[in-house]
Amino acid sequence: MPKFEYAPAPESRAIVTIEKSYGLFIDGAFTRPKATFPTLNPADETVLAEVSQAGPKDVDKAVAAARRAYEGVWGRMSGAERGKYLFRIARILQERAREFAVLETLDNGKPIKETRDVDVPVAAAHFFYHAGWADKLEYAGLSASGADVPRPHGVVGQVIPWNFPLLMLAWKIAPALATGNTVVLKPAETTPLSALLFAEVCQQAELPAGVVNIITGDGRTGQALVEHPDVDKIAFTGSTEVGKAIARTIAGTSKKATLELGGKAANIVFDDAPLDQAVEGIVNGIFFNQGQVCCAGSRLLVQENVHDQVVAKLKRRLGTLRVGDPMDKNSDLGAINSKAQLDRITSLVEAGVAEGAERWSPECTLPAKGYWFPPTVLTGVSQTHRVATEEIFGPVLSVLTFRTPQEAVAKANNTAYGLSAGVWTEKGSRILWMADQLKAGVVWANTFNRFDPTSPFGGYKESGYGREGGRHGLEAYVTTAPSTLTGAAR
Amino acid sequence: MVTVSTTTRTAQDLTAQARDVLGVSRLTNHALTSWLHGLPGVDQVGCEARAASLGTRSVKTTSKAWAIDTAIGMIDLTTLEGSDTVGKVRSLCAKALVPDPLDPTTPRPAAICVYGDMVATAKAALGDSGIHVAAVATAFPSGRASMPVKLADTRDAVEAGADEIDMVIDRGAFLSGDYLTVFNQIAEVKQACGTAHLKVIMETGELVTYDNVRRASYLSMLAGGDFIKTSTGKVQPAATLPVTLIMLEAVRDWRDLTGTQVGVKPAGGIKTTKDAIKYLVMVSEIAGDDWLTPEWFRFGASSLLNDLILQRQKLATGAYSGADYVTID
Repeated sequence: MPKFEYAPAPESRAIVTIEKSYGLFIDGAFTRPKATFPTLNPADETVLAEVSQAGPKDVDKAVAAARRAYEGVWGRMSGAERGKYLFRIARILQERAREFAVLETLDNGKPIKETRDVDVPVAAAHFFYHAGWADKLEYAGLSASGADVPRPHGVVGQVIPWNFPLLMLAWKIAPALATGNTVVLKPAETTPLSALLFAEVCQQAELPAGVVNIITGDGRTGQALVEHPDVDKIAFTGSTEVGKAIARTIAGTSKKATLELGGKAANIVFDDAPLDQAVEGIVNGIFFNQGQVCCAGSRLLVQENVHDQVVAKLKRRLGTLRVGDPMDKNSDLGAINSKAQLDRITSLVEAGVAEGAERWSPECTLPAKGYWFPPTVLTGVSQTHRVATEEIFGPVLSVLTFRTPQEAVAKANNTAYGLSAGVWTEKGSRILWMADQLKAGVVWANTFNRFDPTSPFGGYKESGYGREGGRHGLEAYVTTAPSTLTGAAR
Repeated sequence: MVTVSTTTRTAQDLTAQARDVLGVSRLTNHALTSWLHGLPGVDQVGCEARAASLGTRSVKTTSKAWAIDTAIGMIDLTTLEGSDTVGKVRSLCAKALVPDPLDPTTPRPAAICVYGDMVATAKAALGDSGIHVAAVATAFPSGRASMPVKLADTRDAVEAGADEIDMVIDRGAFLSGDYLTVFNQIAEVKQACGTAHLKVIMETGELVTYDNVRRASYLSMLAGGDFIKTSTGKVQPAATLPVTLIMLEAVRDWRDLTGTQVGVKPAGGIKTTKDAIKYLVMVSEIAGDDWLTPEWFRFGASSLLNDLILQRQKLATGAYSGADYVTID
């Protein structure tokens, strides 16, 4: 029998120039690198660059630059003018899309297919979308009384995770700038490079100095930013543990916060579902970005009478997944972002097996170097198992069953989280009923992991509070309190 | 040389087998409807997204060379025009025998596909080359004729030496819910085929929905089709990637269900190497590599062959030649 082998199809990394070391981007310019630490390519553990650890003084400088930019330029600029800058940034992101895709894949480990087709285009889409809002905020229904014009908070401190470095940056920066705030953003310790390239885009777009500041570092930098007294609002995406710490830190202050935290989404498949597409949705739900997605469909709830059929179809499908070099255009799964994350995934899966789950992975050869975990299915999982309750944040699917729609809802909601859920059925009325019953910020019907800037995203319970994207996402970045600026434009 | 193993089946045999698959004592329209409508539905958005994502596979260098030669060997080189003449058909056969005079290592297509009255001409021109002759039959392309006419059309082509028969289903009967008529017609044509290979054209462009494509695929396989084929090429849209995806899922699942392997033939509108490679990727990743031979997968095409030859020359020489360096038929 012939075998259709795809020859290696590596994307060239020549398009992107990575400096040996990077300083911080403060007040429109890069500082000299100091107190540097390495950022690795998780696919082969090579050092890509050294980046600087921002200390409290650097945070001070960045916040001060953002304050000056807010009071001097950005907070006074008309919405139409701000919109022009955002449109310009969006276009530059599109023009430099391949550069961003390659850099993101190198620094994060996710396949080039995803950075090329999802991360970068959706990031650009967020800037385009919010550029359009900049001069229409008065009409967004954000003011309760209708009398006051929505105004920016001022300086926003933003801390983002490593799973979608550029996309989360776009989710944070685009609405902040559209509404007239200035930004100090800290990318994740393991994935700082696309944010630093974005700093170049800000320069290229001639964004006024200090409107966007990017400071790199570990959790200490993030903490200094969150604690800084001159920051008006915090926007955070990351773990529930850190989110809780942030909420504690800002309690009793005037700071506002939006927190987008963990999840343990149920992907619910009924017996009348379009099964082949449901299998695709299950795969996309848990293996997209190696499952390192807060809204990943990590719990498959499948109706008991189609369990065997769905699991058989799923296993056959997983046999065709291509795991390997993230730079290869045909790779479906890339590397896990860090050693720490790999260890966490490994230990949770071992715990699942110890609790009685059956572990299965397709045959696949993992590269010798780098951080790799095979796509994994755990069957025979019960609600009480750790793999059914704790966020694994890896390519691991826990399979549970249900008998009735009521039981599906009860099991889906039986979690401390509430970020997303999926429903697969050909019955429209059941979709509406389920969407009404599920305690999740996003409910996908006959699809999964679809993102669009026009659609608000955010969670219930320990998945956080506040919404990002859509008209709702603007709310977090405006206040109807009187302006602190004199003579500020709308 | 294409090897195709076909067993002679009577309509009676096929009905008995269908009863067995459905688990019923009498094959009624009600039984067929329950069975076909009990198949899982197809979500249009998800199906199209999956087809599009397979279309982004990057097939380069050695795998591209393999794919080009494989695709050439799967072509049913086709002419189905009212203006067809003996001269035209002979010329097409000559093209099939020597696809690229500049490179004798170029593989030959699997078959020549013509109207029934041209079968003898094609047979004579192809001789013992091993290239099959396929004939469209059953009042192609509309299928709007009485059953005796359709059977006579089929027998006529088989007697003239056709190795393969491409029949059309009665889309009117299908769309009105008369699945039993569609079943009986396919089964009777299959019987009339004798040892000739039967491809069942569903004309998916007239069935419109993916649910219908899935049901028509299962119905065609149940009634004894050796191949399921998308289109006549006379109706738009003809072959599309999502429709072929549904059919590949159907033949895959049918083999799991019955142990019988059925082939797939997209036809109409596949013109470029790039398109052909997308189909091969889909065959490999949906049905599996077992289907990656001319015995189980065909392209119904005409201009596709020359584009494949151009790309083949480009891989060999490193430069694009141009339309003057491939022969027209």
